[in-house]
Amino acid sequence: MSDPILELKNVKTHFPVHRGLVFRRQVGTVKAVDGVSLAVQQGEVLGLVGESGCGKSTLARTILQLVPATEGTIVLAGRNLTAASAAEVKASRRALQMVFQDPYASLNPRMTVFAALAEPMLVHKICARAEVAGRVAELMKKVGLAPRFMKKYPHEFSGGQRQRIAVARALALQPKVIIADEPVSALDVSVQAQILNLLAQLVREMDLSLIFIAHDLSVVKHISDRIAVMYLGKIVELGRAADVIERPRHPYTRALVSAIPTPDPDAERARHRIVLAGDPPSPLNPPAGCAFHPRCRYAEEKCKAAVPPLERIADGREVACIRVEEIAGGGTA
Amino acid sequence: MPLLAVNDLRTYFHTRNGVHRAVDGVSFALEKGETVGIVGESGSGKSVTCYSIMGLVPQPPGRIESGTAMFDGIDLLRCPPRVARSIRGRRLAMIFQDPMTSLNPYLRISEQLIEPLIIHEKISKAAALRRGQEMLEAVGINDAAKRLHHYPHEFSGGMRQRVMIATALITRPELLIADEPTTALDVTVQAQILELIRRLQREFGMAVIFITHDLGVVSGLCDRVLVMYAGRIVESGDVRTIFYQPRHPYTRALQRSIPSTQPKGAELFTIPGLPPDLSRLPAGCAFAPRCESATDLCRRQDPALRELAPGHATACLRVQAGEI
Repeated sequence: MSDPILELKNVKTHFPVHRGLVFRRQVGTVKAVDGVSLAVQQGEVLGLVGESGCGKSTLARTILQLVPATEGTIVLAGRNLTAASAAEVKASRRALQMVFQDPYASLNPRMTVFAALAEPMLVHKICARAEVAGRVAELMKKVGLAPRFMKKYPHEFSGGQRQRIAVARALALQPKVIIADEPVSALDVSVQAQILNLLAQLVREMDLSLIFIAHDLSVVKHISDRIAVMYLGKIVELGRAADVIERPRHPYTRALVSAIPTPDPDAERARHRIVLAGDPPSPLNPPAGCAFHPRCRYAEEKCKAAVPPLERIADGREVACIRVEEIAGGGTA
Repeated sequence: MPLLAVNDLRTYFHTRNGVHRAVDGVSFALEKGETVGIVGESGSGKSVTCYSIMGLVPQPPGRIESGTAMFDGIDLLRCPPRVARSIRGRRLAMIFQDPMTSLNPYLRISEQLIEPLIIHEKISKAAALRRGQEMLEAVGINDAAKRLHHYPHEFSGGMRQRVMIATALITRPELLIADEPTTALDVTVQAQILELIRRLQREFGMAVIFITHDLGVVSGLCDRVLVMYAGRIVESGDVRTIFYQPRHPYTRALQRSIPSTQPKGAELFTIPGLPPDLSRLPAGCAFAPRCESATDLCRRQDPALRELAPGHATACLRVQAGEI
């Protein structure tokens, strides 16, 4: 396999928690991302799933250097971003772009489509001023918008069209990697399908790498080549999309998959659902050992003793569960 | 006699940009203990239908132009406000999507939980608090005696939704209207809340109207489904009919655009175009501009909701003519 376009090694993002106004002291640490290692190949779509608070958005922000990593390295196309100077980080942002969840909040309401798409090109000086208009028109066509809407403002567009503008803005600098954080969660089903098709088509045509973050597993399965499942700042399962969703191995992934409602009344009523008790624990005070053990039906004494490492199992995927071989079989049940 | 019978409900909003026909002639009935799902995309009128029944439509700009909503023989839309108030909140309750904005952050849970009891049943505060604690236990909140006196911010999203359900169910209503109660929650928490609604429904024998855009949630929970588009019901039937033999082109298109029903990597089916502007509805069928089966007749003539088989109705001229 060739060198990955993006490689994360043991990335940690910790936030100190302070208390007291006069005698300010650190009372704890939120370990939002706690030792994530990942590699993304060129042209690959990696899905990142997990419940709210599991650290998937913080991981995205850390990769983009929007929040500093506490530990670990992030290597993008051979350049280590965690050790790079501010100028180098800015330069590498060209190769690394982001699409956010809410297209109503992520576009400046006072900038026309043209201004929003031209700004990154001018900031990064990727072409002469005279060429900008032509490139903007090209970008708009690429994402399925008519260039004649160039002078319109975001409020004149529907949610789906706005998300197309946000995708076009991410593409303006011809990036190698795009991180999309819940890009279709705010959209209706019929519009969601349009944006998913667009993203899949762009990945194919432009040989992009995409990190697709979502909590909707059926959406993630559809678009991803591989899927990483996060729980409380750590990856607990990583493997081919079909393997992870159809034959999940980590008890958390099994519960997550079994919780997705399917649009099939008979199957939905017949199947056995694993309903997890309680909420995800606080990352401020995570349980000892495996963070999932208090909610895990397979947990034993030894699960409380040590944090299970992410290890490769027979079919090539990686799972962080010391009992994975003992509890094999049984599908999602 | 059905528990609730809505007939020809029309709720319009009179705005500067014209008349916005949010609900435009909706009729349905609900039996005791039955669960009906209302599905549709944003702007299809599913929430406004229920807001009209609950008396929550701001008037102006909204106005209920026509229709009746008979609940146990009383028309909720026309009866004196005093009568309506004695039903809403007691025999008829509603829960909302976002438990953070629908609970008052300044009041302890106890105050909000027992308010309906104090108003409707005129019992003592001590007795009401006992019932409040029982209700919190019934919705699965541990340590209810202590949690009763906490503020909403001290609960997680899923727990807040449980509190809101407890508040709605404390008067043992005969009908619960749930407006996207799990949309803001994680799937694992959603599974807990759906399980809870199912269990409480069995225990209390109440009817439920469940509003959602998630067809997966509907398939496991509901007996019957109403599909709404542009302020009207375009198809209704029992859940298996709607999922296994949908007839209206919109219902079929909606199902085909769900990622999990399509093979991996294949181009997802998409519905071309956008939902119509409700203040400038096209002539004829509102779905015609996006429909792959539309004919000239569809663009001229308004389709009525007609039964194809007992309990299965659709508002499509071509289906009714036996052409598709």
